[in-house]
Amino acid sequence: MTVEVEITLRVDGAEHRLTVDSRTTVLDALRDRLGITSPKKGCDHGQCGACTVLLDGRRANSCLALAVAHQGAEIVTAAGLGRDGNLHPLQRSFIEHDAFQCGYCTPGQIVSAVGMLQEAEAGWPSAVSGDSSRDGVALNDEEIRERMSGNLCRCAAYANIVSAIAEVVRR
Amino acid sequence: MKPFRYERADDASGAVAMLAGAPGGAFIAGGTNLVDLMKLEVATPDVLVDVKRLTSDRIEELPDGGLRIGAAVSNSDLAADRTIRRRYRVLSEALLSGASGQLRNVATTGGNLLQRTRCVYFQDVTTPCNKREPGSGCSAREGFNRELAIFGWSDACVATHPSDMAVAMAALDAVVLTHGPNGQRRIPLTDLHRLPGEEPERDTVLEHGELITAVDLPPLGFATRSRFRKVRDRASYAFALVSVAAALDVADGVVRDARIALGGVAHKPWRATRAEEALRGAPATERSFREAAGAELAGARPLPGNAFKVPLARGAMVRTLLDLVEESQ
Repeated sequence: MTVEVEITLRVDGAEHRLTVDSRTTVLDALRDRLGITSPKKGCDHGQCGACTVLLDGRRANSCLALAVAHQGAEIVTAAGLGRDGNLHPLQRSFIEHDAFQCGYCTPGQIVSAVGMLQEAEAGWPSAVSGDSSRDGVALNDEEIRERMSGNLCRCAAYANIVSAIAEVVRR
Repeated sequence: MKPFRYERADDASGAVAMLAGAPGGAFIAGGTNLVDLMKLEVATPDVLVDVKRLTSDRIEELPDGGLRIGAAVSNSDLAADRTIRRRYRVLSEALLSGASGQLRNVATTGGNLLQRTRCVYFQDVTTPCNKREPGSGCSAREGFNRELAIFGWSDACVATHPSDMAVAMAALDAVVLTHGPNGQRRIPLTDLHRLPGEEPERDTVLEHGELITAVDLPPLGFATRSRFRKVRDRASYAFALVSVAAALDVADGVVRDARIALGGVAHKPWRATRAEEALRGAPATERSFREAAGAELAGARPLPGNAFKVPLARGAMVRTLLDLVEESQ
């Protein structure tokens, strides 16, 4: 017995109508049904962050999101971050800082960093911010590491990932 | 994953009625734990009733000076809320120490309370587990139990509750509001989760189809001076081996009142009432804190693999209380 549901997703600015099995995750809908392969399937259990997308404006693990529960959602993937054929500043910085080796976790890292910078901009504290009753966030390396801890890199390019993000914070 | 029907209701009553008529069904909100358990076939609901938009996603002032947190408030919104950070700092710190940025954006307040244990045997359908399959036996009792309980476990189950948020809420005397097939009720957070006893398959006292709609935080003036300390195997993004949520009211070097709860040590957030009693009226010194921690941990029964949790919990409690005293000076 399968249950088919018709849904609409807006991905990187384009609207897609599709019929999915109720078990389909947003990640599988993107990759297998729509051919949008920049979100990667790593662990498929919300532990590695390779599948990170912006889901209605916030970073989220697309492998743990059921597509049927996100009817009409606005999704941004790493492939949709650039504007007018130009790379997003974080994408450029990852290249300049050699912030990857195999590259498999990279789209998730970059989307996660985009979401993370918005969260810091909004004044959200992190576990290393100290007195959380105070406002204002200074994104030093320790803050970046803590806020990016949901994205694993098995090549361990972490040092350069932190410097790539720190460079964008400085600009 | 087993096939399931996906349903939405118009309101909370509708969702409760829908689930009451579906004995094999489950509510879903953020789904960060449930979807994972469905992939593992640890959870096999035949119907999912989506409640994400049916409960409040706001934090509101209560007439008594407390706060009401809607069940749909995300973990990240709750952690970042300025009123929470100012009045109940321990709660914000607990949330920020849990999961990852991506998960906190999706996970809800109600769902966080109802997440299941991360005991490896519970999550592995090829092994016996009384919580997953009542009567099949406990693999952890004689197996890998380094991460599991030191308080309140039974021969049937030695699992721990994984939430950090719930530990802070236990210390803050939070009250859980529910809407169930038999109406609405208020449950003290410390009574929501059960000890395993002979029914480890029941994590909480909730009935099937009973929906958490909100969590109330009563006013607690000295919670402005409160802390969460979490000890784990890596610096970030890991479950607690031991955690401590504490609030301390000190005047003229004497402890007037204290709220302490421990995480990672039991099937439920462990309110450290013995330590609190030992602290009231005692001088706010390291010696008193050691005695209070000792009073609580005298009741610990560690497993073969987790005896280290006893001194770890003692150290974490003492350090957290000392931090609170140093801050007040």
